[in-house]
Amino acid sequence: MSGNRSNDFVRKAGIALALLLVFYLCIYWVQTGWDAYKVRILNLSAIYIGITLGLNLCNGFAGQFSLGIAGFMAVGAYTTALLTMSPQTKAAVFFIDPLIWPLNSIQWGFLPALLMAGLVSGLVGFAVGAPAIRFRDDYLGITTLGFAEIIRVVFTNTRSITNGALGLKGLPPHTNLYWSWTFALICILLMTRLTNSSYGRALKAIRDDEVAAEAMGVNLFYHKCLAFVISAMMAGVGGGLLGNLITTIDPNMFRFPLTFTVLMMAVLGGLGSITGSVIAATLVTVAMEVLRALEEPRVILGVFLPGIPGMRMVVFSIALMVVILFYPKGFMGDRELSRDSFTNLAARFRRTFLHKQV
Amino acid sequence: MSDGRLETVTLEIFLQNVANGITLGSLYALLAIGYTMVYGILRLINFAHGEIFMISTYFAFYGIAIFALPWQISFVMAIALTALLGVVIERAAYRPLRDAPRTSVLISAIGVSFLMANLGLVIFGGRPKTFYRPQLFQIPIQLGRIRVVALFFIIPALTVVLLVILNYIVYKTKIGLGMRAAQWDFDVARLMGVDVDRAVSVTFAIGSALAAIGGIMWGLRFVEINPNMGLFPGLKCFIAAVFGGIGNIAGAVLGGFLLGFGEIMLVAFLPGLAGYRDAFAFILLILMLLVRPTGLLGEKQRVRT
Repeated sequence: MSGNRSNDFVRKAGIALALLLVFYLCIYWVQTGWDAYKVRILNLSAIYIGITLGLNLCNGFAGQFSLGIAGFMAVGAYTTALLTMSPQTKAAVFFIDPLIWPLNSIQWGFLPALLMAGLVSGLVGFAVGAPAIRFRDDYLGITTLGFAEIIRVVFTNTRSITNGALGLKGLPPHTNLYWSWTFALICILLMTRLTNSSYGRALKAIRDDEVAAEAMGVNLFYHKCLAFVISAMMAGVGGGLLGNLITTIDPNMFRFPLTFTVLMMAVLGGLGSITGSVIAATLVTVAMEVLRALEEPRVILGVFLPGIPGMRMVVFSIALMVVILFYPKGFMGDRELSRDSFTNLAARFRRTFLHKQV
Repeated sequence: MSDGRLETVTLEIFLQNVANGITLGSLYALLAIGYTMVYGILRLINFAHGEIFMISTYFAFYGIAIFALPWQISFVMAIALTALLGVVIERAAYRPLRDAPRTSVLISAIGVSFLMANLGLVIFGGRPKTFYRPQLFQIPIQLGRIRVVALFFIIPALTVVLLVILNYIVYKTKIGLGMRAAQWDFDVARLMGVDVDRAVSVTFAIGSALAAIGGIMWGLRFVEINPNMGLFPGLKCFIAAVFGGIGNIAGAVLGGFLLGFGEIMLVAFLPGLAGYRDAFAFILLILMLLVRPTGLLGEKQRVRT
């Protein structure tokens, strides 16, 4: 019996390792062989997968409608940027107000900087979440949106730490596919483990009925806070990766439209579905680039079509409206794509087409 | 001698700021009413309200610029079209979701808001436009030692007139009774034979018309209009509505005035904090929600599930 079980474990671990190996070989192939533009889109997809999952944990699984993601991303991006930029670059960038000590003389590796970004944004997440989670639905939304705006305004005004509205330039381009997809993988794993644990069930109980959950002994404050903090940490690390991918950041990047983009990904995929978030984040990121064609002037069949700036967001807004009005659960609902669903699908296929009487 | 001069200048600046504060406060109040009325009935933050406000200025702008209408007609047309737009938005984006979870409606509202802001960008272009200013609003008025244009009197006066009319509609007419009934209890109002759909439509029409009047005044006051101008005034006016007590019209007016006044005074007397102007409203909101979530004039909220 026990031998059987350990055999099973060895088999599963072997499959997982093999899949991981194949995955990283693919990444190696893409990173070395594909052109920079495609690599960049794939990097963005991975970062958005992580951030969308974070938002989904808070908004979808726990039902705490937060609109503060952009603020946490800003915290993470600035933390990582300030820790990874070289002292020379910092001296060049902060030419109006010099950067305060000790930030002006240190340079960390990317990994500790990212971990620090997660830590700092988690702390900010706690500071925001602890007072905010007593509100529900729209009030929580507007409060967290307010906190994100406050963070942005503070970053615009503390010139000796963030360089104000000028932003930071010359961030070391550390982010590559290994970093971004490892981040995405960790987020996916974390989410699957989390949602299948007692903690995840407690969150779903809170989402479905707060009063009943509390009556069953779920500690509302602890669980909501933890969801908020983990969500903020994922956004923070994602923001850090994003900053070191595009190498320039400024406070106006982290306004409400960024939150809207991430929220749209989570809603399109289905609030409460991990696979939904993964698929939607990838699709939307790729579509953002494909639809860029709408905004550029071009000649099709001899007809000159002027580019229309802003058309992409119109398309995405309409997509969001259609989904929320006609498919309010997104295209995955709260279902997941897993090995079981493939097995079930295959079984159904067999039943209907091969031998009907079974 | 020099001290005395300094004092007169300060007084003039102070009075000028008071005038600015009252004007901005009136505009905020007009917008906040729309938020508070819709929230009162549907328990929904109408995120698109700021964009309705933005589009109204463009209606007025294009009425004059393209269709060469006299400004009076153009303004009236803009107000009517904006009211219609508000009703259409409610029918298309909010009514189908009336029985859906509240977050779905909220996401729909955010979607409408983004759709309109970006459609505005596509149709009107991102470059700011200069709003037409009729001569009537520019007559200079000498008031003791300060000189202001007529607009500074017209905006608050118009706001007061509109409030009187609104008060009449809400408290003296049948549809106003229906609106108040729907606000008190949506389902029971329906059972009692109130046409709640009509009440909601009228609420959106009134709220949007007030936003349009606010938008036109905004254009006259700040001259420059652009497709992104809706977001911030919108959010701030929602905060003003919460500050005064959501669902309460008098509270929205009070909140709008206090917020507008506070913002101007903050910039005037603490110039070092001027960069934090946009955060001021949000800090106020968070403090208010923590200390007194029902707002200044709000009653205890009834829980509705």
